[in-house]
Amino acid sequence: MNSLNVKKWLKLLGAVFVLSELTAVITGPPGNPTHPWEGFHGSIVDQASFLGLFNTQRWAAFFVYGLIVSGAVYVFRTQKQFIARVGSAQRTVTSNKTVKITSSLATIALVVLLPTLVADPFWQNAMVSQIAVYVLLALGLNVVVGFAGLLDLGFVAFYAVGAYATAWCTGALPLPALFGIHLNPFYAIPVAIILAMVSGIILGIPTLRLRGDYLAIVTLGFGEIITLFANNLNGITGGAMGTAQVPHFSVHVGPVNYIWGIPPVPYYYLTIAFVGLFIVAFSLLEHSRVGRAWTAIREDEIAAESVGINPLKYKVMAFAIGAASAGFAGVMTAAQTNYVTPATFTLALSINILVLVIFGGMGSIIGVVFGAVVIQTITMYLIHNPPAGYQPQDLYIYIGALLVIMMIFRPAGMIPARRRSRTNASVDSSQG
Amino acid sequence: MSGFFHYFSSHASSFRGEFWGLLVGGLGSGIIYAMVAIGYTMVYGVLRLINFAHSEIFMVGGFAGFFVLKYTIGSSTPTGFSSVLLIILGILAGGTAGSLIAVLLERVAYRPLRKRGAPKIAYLISAIGASYFLLNLAAKEFGRIGQSMVQPYTDHPVFTIFGAPVQMYTLIIFIVAAIMLVGLDRLVSATKLGRGIRAVAQDSETASLMGVNIDKTIAVTFILGGFLGGVAGFLYAMNVGVLYSMGFTPALKAFTAAVLGGIGNLRGAVLGGVILGVVESFSVAFVDPAYIDVVAFAILILVLMFRPTGILGEQIGRAA
Repeated sequence: MNSLNVKKWLKLLGAVFVLSELTAVITGPPGNPTHPWEGFHGSIVDQASFLGLFNTQRWAAFFVYGLIVSGAVYVFRTQKQFIARVGSAQRTVTSNKTVKITSSLATIALVVLLPTLVADPFWQNAMVSQIAVYVLLALGLNVVVGFAGLLDLGFVAFYAVGAYATAWCTGALPLPALFGIHLNPFYAIPVAIILAMVSGIILGIPTLRLRGDYLAIVTLGFGEIITLFANNLNGITGGAMGTAQVPHFSVHVGPVNYIWGIPPVPYYYLTIAFVGLFIVAFSLLEHSRVGRAWTAIREDEIAAESVGINPLKYKVMAFAIGAASAGFAGVMTAAQTNYVTPATFTLALSINILVLVIFGGMGSIIGVVFGAVVIQTITMYLIHNPPAGYQPQDLYIYIGALLVIMMIFRPAGMIPARRRSRTNASVDSSQG
Repeated sequence: MSGFFHYFSSHASSFRGEFWGLLVGGLGSGIIYAMVAIGYTMVYGVLRLINFAHSEIFMVGGFAGFFVLKYTIGSSTPTGFSSVLLIILGILAGGTAGSLIAVLLERVAYRPLRKRGAPKIAYLISAIGASYFLLNLAAKEFGRIGQSMVQPYTDHPVFTIFGAPVQMYTLIIFIVAAIMLVGLDRLVSATKLGRGIRAVAQDSETASLMGVNIDKTIAVTFILGGFLGGVAGFLYAMNVGVLYSMGFTPALKAFTAAVLGGIGNLRGAVLGGVILGVVESFSVAFVDPAYIDVVAFAILILVLMFRPTGILGEQIGRAA
């Protein structure tokens, strides 16, 4: 009994050691092709100051950090059982209607007032192009991954369709403009959304019959192929250079003449208006007949089929509806930045969007918005004020690690969906 | 479209002249796809899931061989017996590194989920995360530019088939692949270990009741698949060089090969790999080089739509 405990603790200690040193390598200096061990060497034996107290080598500092963190986690876990016992009694009091309404009104007020609170132009721009647009993308992917349980690794293709559709309508592509005249991007919105939905249907009908893992790899390949075509069809897409002539949004109705320009704040309000619209639409959808059909298919496809739900029909629907918000995000990006290039629509972006959904909580609209805002804000913070030794590409390492960590420790995300949390326990124990 | 037909007609005549050369080249890349496809198919057999991180096993194998040869070979290209030894060293390095990464992957990204009985989508996401992590960590540590391998021998044509030269490199990969594939086939169909793997693939619950250690068997499956994947990475890198993202395209093609042959079916994976390699090689004569990677993908879609069980059929758990 005692020796078993010692073995268990040694194993735990070993795991903490390995993870701490791995963290040391990830956060350490990069290697270079001619001296590949430089990165490892620098990460492990370079001098590091331990909380400013004394100097030691990095491996030791990180090991001690690892021990402190795991100790804290251990204490937190034992405490949490206590908190959960006390908290269950209080929950009924806190979740009443007035609190809910007050908190959502406060959130709306904060979102509306945000541009006046944040004056830094970097952040004002990031709020539109890196946060609000990503919220849209995450909302769309959430319909596919969260509601319908389909893993789409080529989601960025629909974003690309939206952006290129905008460029097409506004006459920015080498191709003649869609309706013969160079339209204002407002008119491109329906076209982009419809084209994105149609491409969702076209991609969905053959592939959505496949099992989940096949679907993931096929959508992955599809995303890559869209980029390949965008890069090579010079006469249609403008090739690798893309186009830089997409006009800004503008309104010319009677006496009103307004043009959205370089300043990001007007774009911010335009985008969050649509974010709100999509949130409302997707919440209604979630609790509709369609949303329940998606849940049924996600939880047990055969059972769903046996009660008269056509899985293919609803899966294609999920693809098309998810694609709609990605298509709209494409319009926003194209109009705000004025350019569309294939380099934007990479597999890395698809995985980035996936992380927002997984971190926030698959199937949870609030969770996904939260995930997108939190992760994109951290990303932008790291770009704006990089810590010593941080390179922008390091972000992808953390994203990969985060996906694994979330799946091991918190598969339902930071703010789990309510309907899913009710079924999660049964799903987890019924499938081997 | 007219561009396509123009391309077709202007290349069809040269195709006739290059048939044997393209066939040899296609078989060479096909056998590498086959070795990677084996890894997909074996893991699919025991876990019923696609190991998305297999591309990174391939990449790590390539890098391991690359570094070992870089630090053992001096300024002059070795000849004779030392060449053979160095190639064996590279193979062992690639295979060992591949096995190590595969077993770590199973331990970290899959086993915790398996213990919890997580839904399939969780495995996929975890695997993609692990793959992405390894890919970008390699990019950070080994740099983002491709490097060519220090060659352990001087490549030269050994003999010709109908006028098409067969290079030493092609010969090496055929010999290595033949030894490993036959060895694996024997291992899976004729040893106790192989019987365990097949038993777990057929019905893991019953197998565990019969005394098969499931955790150990799954780990062994990852080790075997990882070894072949790592060696394939080394063989590929000998020709193409190493780069952190080198695994992506070959792995997507190997996956196609596994599906083409019938997933879970070891001989099917080899057949699928060889067919895919040859078809792809021939398509060079007809398709614009920019779109060459689309060919394998188109094959994947067609197979999944019209014959999702592959040529030889899904054959989970039966003797290879």
